[in-house]
Amino acid sequence: MLTASAGAPVMTSARHLGPGHYAHVVFCVLVFVFLIAPILVVVPLSFNAQPYFTFTEGMLRLDPDAYSLRWYTMVATSDAWLRALANSFLIGGSATALATALGTLAALGLSNPAMPARPLVMGLLISPMVTPVVISAAGMFFFYSTLGLTQTYLGLILAHAALGTPFVVITVTATLTGFDNNLLRAAASLGAGPWRSFRRVQLPIIAPGVASGALFAFATSFDEVVTVLFMGGLEQRTIPREMWAGIREQISPAILAVATLLIIFAVALMVTVEWLRRRSQRERG
Amino acid sequence: MNAAASVSAPAAVAKRPKRPRGSRLRAAALALPLVAFIVVTFIAPLGTMLVRSVHAPVVADAMSETVALLGDWDGGSLPAEAVFATAARELLKAREDRVIGQVATRVNRVQAGLRSAVTRTARRLRGLQPESWRAAMIETHAAWGEVDTWRALLLAGERYTGRNYLHALDLKRDAAGDIVAQPSEQRIYMALLARTLAVSLAITLLCLLLGYPVAYFIAHAPPGRANWLLLLVLVPFWTSLLVRTTSWIVLLQSQGVVNDLLVLIGLVNDDERLALIYNLNGTLVAMTHVLLPFMVLPLYSVMRTIPATHMSAAASLGAGFGKAFWRVYWPQTLPGVGAGSLLVFILSIGYYITPALVGGRTGQLISNMIAFHMQQSLNWGLAAALGGILLACVVALYLVYDRLVGVERMKLG
Repeated sequence: MLTASAGAPVMTSARHLGPGHYAHVVFCVLVFVFLIAPILVVVPLSFNAQPYFTFTEGMLRLDPDAYSLRWYTMVATSDAWLRALANSFLIGGSATALATALGTLAALGLSNPAMPARPLVMGLLISPMVTPVVISAAGMFFFYSTLGLTQTYLGLILAHAALGTPFVVITVTATLTGFDNNLLRAAASLGAGPWRSFRRVQLPIIAPGVASGALFAFATSFDEVVTVLFMGGLEQRTIPREMWAGIREQISPAILAVATLLIIFAVALMVTVEWLRRRSQRERG
Repeated sequence: MNAAASVSAPAAVAKRPKRPRGSRLRAAALALPLVAFIVVTFIAPLGTMLVRSVHAPVVADAMSETVALLGDWDGGSLPAEAVFATAARELLKAREDRVIGQVATRVNRVQAGLRSAVTRTARRLRGLQPESWRAAMIETHAAWGEVDTWRALLLAGERYTGRNYLHALDLKRDAAGDIVAQPSEQRIYMALLARTLAVSLAITLLCLLLGYPVAYFIAHAPPGRANWLLLLVLVPFWTSLLVRTTSWIVLLQSQGVVNDLLVLIGLVNDDERLALIYNLNGTLVAMTHVLLPFMVLPLYSVMRTIPATHMSAAASLGAGFGKAFWRVYWPQTLPGVGAGSLLVFILSIGYYITPALVGGRTGQLISNMIAFHMQQSLNWGLAAALGGILLACVVALYLVYDRLVGVERMKLG
């Protein structure tokens, strides 16, 4: 049994703790392995010289001939993957711009104590995040097809923007809770109009929150496959849509190469968001 | 009434800020564009889906006169010649308007086997000027000589129908119009809904079981180490869902890394490799992996606020770790447990991608059935009704979440 000695902070020192503590540490290490190992395992396999999804004997012997960049070459020269990349950035970028602009504005309104019907509005604006995507995508398919927006870029951009806005609203609202409204009063007393004081005083301070929200919205679109499946045509295939096809049909190790690139991209996004979060925390003290 | 209102009014005015109306208007004006955007791009689609789950206008439009005539029909014997003549005319018209396929599908859903009666009759009656439309129609397809066919046509002609919801609840209306259970071999949706709820509950418990000790570990680690450990939780959170699903396929398939390893160390024979994926197991493992960060993060943010001195105080009063934990620590983490569990449960009951890719036959959830009816069977009314039922479950849980945790306190990362 794990016991904590009186006065000492719990769980910070292993010296006075019994076997229960070590069991806890081992358990946590195993859970971390469960979280991380499945993601890492595709990285070496993407360099497999053979079209297999498992480690060949040569790979285990670290034989250089067992490794190759052939799957990366294949992806880099594939029209389908390159078009998917362009589509993902086009749809993701446009959806993010739309979601960030609308979401930031709304967060400014929601952070105002005078905002009427605040809980109701917040519940409405967050709902795209918790609604199962299959339902959203089915509804969007029905509704957008009456407007002729299925199988168009505009349709997917609107759909992804709707799914991304809750993330912007949440992060920017969270950033604004620490914002000192006296700064705006000071700006107004110095003669700045509302737009100028927003642009020159408020926006620079909440910028990290806005940027994190935008990255969340972009990641949402960049990883979204269900609306693309239901509404997109051949023209609008994105990277996740190509991966979906690749997993469902005959999977080629080219998918592992794409997966590895996406992992690197995800880590870059995550590090950026963490950096922004810590920066804004530091600025707020 | 008036007295009470006049008493409370000044107090309310005094509480308000100086320029309440302008301030309220400005706040509302800022939120308005997004509210309008969400209503148009998201709420209207959900509304369309719900309408579609009960709205079936095809037959009501294409055969409106026939349906109206059948409204006066006694239902006991075959309808009069006038009904046959009208039906023949409207079937021919539907074929000209190229909606006969939709009419046939709709009628066929009410009573299986009637598709060919509709399409064949519409094809063969063209150009005929028979003495008796009744004889001509029965000659092209014997189904028109049966009372049940006309009853099915009448039912298919309902513009608004609860049939899709009945179907989704494994019920149907029998010939007499009473609601009865489907024959047992056709009862699939309630079982699927039950499985979805059971699997979601299992995943929630697994996440809690794995996530609680980890969140505790991170929350009470030295700050520098805690930041690194949090990153380990966040990497899966940010990694593409399709990448993580691919990883599990690579690990768990029969020629995959885990099976290779088990064969290598001799635990499993090469010809008896374990079926770890493309079944319920695949869904459970992959979804627990996907949703674990959603459990760890709320738990961590609650645990971080619990001072270590609470446990120390309990220990100094003579409680062992178990007792101190159970009586002092655990109750304080309940908000985090509730928030994390509800979030994981809400997300899992609507999950689609992971079960579709690694669930095989036994690991499919209700969302997969919705996608099946959207994309393959093209029974959109049924897909919409199943979506409506799932949406009702999620909205109910969302309201509970809002009541217990507060939507406004939802945080990311």
